[in-house]
Amino acid sequence: MDSKTLRYIVKRIFFSLVTIWAVITITFFVMHAVPGGPFTREKAISAEAQAALNAKYGLDKPLFEQYTTYLTDAIHGNFGPSIKQRGRMVTDVILDGMKTSAKIGVIALIIATVAGVLLGALAALRRNSLADRIIMVMTTAFVSMPSFIMGSLLLILFCVKLNVLPANGAAKGGLILPVITLALYPMSYITRLTRSSMLDVLGQDYIRTAKAKGVSERNVILKHALKNSLIPVITYFGPELAYIVTGSLVVEQIFAVPGIGRYFVNSITGRDYTLIMGTTIVLATLIVVMNLVSDILYKVVDPRINLE
Amino acid sequence: MANNPLRMQVDLNDFLPASEEEKEYMVQMRPSSTFFRDGCKRLYKNKVAFVSMIVIILITVASIVLPMVWPYSYAKQLGNQPGRPVDPSFNNLAPMEYSLSEQERMANGESVFPHIFGTDSSGRDYFIRVVYGTRISLAVGFFASIIVLVIGMTLGSVAGFAGGRVDMIIMRIVDIIYSLPDMLMVILLASVLRETLGPAIEGTFLQTIGSNIIALFVIFALLYWCSMARLIRGQILSLREQEYVLAAETAGAGAGWIIRRHLIPNCISVIIISTALQIPSAIFTESFLSFLGLGVNAPVPSLGSLASEALNGVTSYSYRLVIPALVISLIVLGLNLFGDGLRDAFDPKLNQ
Repeated sequence: MDSKTLRYIVKRIFFSLVTIWAVITITFFVMHAVPGGPFTREKAISAEAQAALNAKYGLDKPLFEQYTTYLTDAIHGNFGPSIKQRGRMVTDVILDGMKTSAKIGVIALIIATVAGVLLGALAALRRNSLADRIIMVMTTAFVSMPSFIMGSLLLILFCVKLNVLPANGAAKGGLILPVITLALYPMSYITRLTRSSMLDVLGQDYIRTAKAKGVSERNVILKHALKNSLIPVITYFGPELAYIVTGSLVVEQIFAVPGIGRYFVNSITGRDYTLIMGTTIVLATLIVVMNLVSDILYKVVDPRINLE
Repeated sequence: MANNPLRMQVDLNDFLPASEEEKEYMVQMRPSSTFFRDGCKRLYKNKVAFVSMIVIILITVASIVLPMVWPYSYAKQLGNQPGRPVDPSFNNLAPMEYSLSEQERMANGESVFPHIFGTDSSGRDYFIRVVYGTRISLAVGFFASIIVLVIGMTLGSVAGFAGGRVDMIIMRIVDIIYSLPDMLMVILLASVLRETLGPAIEGTFLQTIGSNIIALFVIFALLYWCSMARLIRGQILSLREQEYVLAAETAGAGAGWIIRRHLIPNCISVIIISTALQIPSAIFTESFLSFLGLGVNAPVPSLGSLASEALNGVTSYSYRLVIPALVISLIVLGLNLFGDGLRDAFDPKLNQ
């Protein structure tokens, strides 16, 4: 790795840190712009109780002090107590939900990437065949369907009409549909991405050279074409994860999966501000880090790419 | 003269004056065409894009006209007549079904307008709710894109023209907003703005639009102008370096002339296309937020909120979920295909 790449990586890491800091800051100040603070909405409570609550959660201190405290705590992974779930720390709630969400997310990520690459390569190699047409029509339809629509339609089809899979995510086999719902959009996107980049690569001179040298069809496809057409797919890892994270918010809602997305949506409707802040920061950090990794990987894998 | 194909002499017949018949060939075959007309012709030839355009126009016109002529309103609970006890037989009607009182009226020979998609759990005509929801979703998508266009164009052209420090500051802001996870920020802002905007706009005309839709517009104004600003800045920077701009400058053209005659006509197709492609993404975002309960204020429906409401009764009334779902998919797919067609027709450069 030359010094130029290294400098790029350092710059990129610095920029990601700035982004995470921006997310924490925006989250903090946006949440504090809510009039009256977190306790004024429900039933009227006495002034003493209000003051006691404010003191307990540190809301009586000056805003800037609250901000620095929150920032240091957030860096240490401590997001304070949940306001609505008595006696639980936000970090515990998030870690609890992460177990299920991470399982769904990682499986969906793997399925989407593997299936997408395979379908895309198939469509490119059998260009204009029936298989290619079917794949392209299906992926076009899936790409323009919001995840909540996809999830709802799958729910109606498999749980209501056919009644073969449970609609409740906590039940046995209940995670199959959420995984499929999450995977369909990125899979379609990767399919289209792989297809177009594979077609591009297949037209390159080095493919013709390899064929002319007598390299077998299989080796041309696997070693030359596929390997090179995977480069754009790497750049999609960041957006893919971002999609899966935001998609999980609605998918977990539809299939009643006890994951972090469900807690997040419930904390919005329940106005559990510390939980909203904590979840936003954790998910945002995840997305930013994934973007960073896929950007760096992209530059490392393909040295031809100009760093600026 | 012998007709020898290898002869070197000049064929004198080539120099005879043209006959009337031959002159016909020299008549201009095709009237000169403008860029716009060429683009329209290319768009017309693109079957997929043309059909999408027709579908979108039909949906738009229907969503505007139908609520004006329909006998039911989107908010009217039909079983809830003033001065009479609530009639629960209006609730949850299946498509083309009639309530008890309506059946009575029909037996008396009156004609009753059918409930094409039935009614919802509060006895509101579902067809008109879907139509009205389509109108709201389309309007939100359209106006959000206009807001994005105006802000993006202003900041992008300022950055492109001014250059130097102004450019650097604007582009750094763009970079940071760009790297923020947009959906999370949208949810965060939406959940807070609906609290703060409600009291702030009370009593003004904005209240009729509803605090949540305003919040949605604010979010688009804050977060989504970045890619538009980047695009326009890039366009201006590259266009300013073009030879024809230099030629115009050399010929003594002023800045106003160059902007009007060269920069705007060359930018405009890119701008229109990316605005057209912004609309489906705005509709997407709106329906996503509505689905999470952060969308339009009740009783105004949007396609997302209709789908979200229908999720509760999905086992018995699954068509109520399928209908708005299909309409959203149709609109988003149609707009995307039409936008792609526009791009192919009006921006041959992008296509390479």
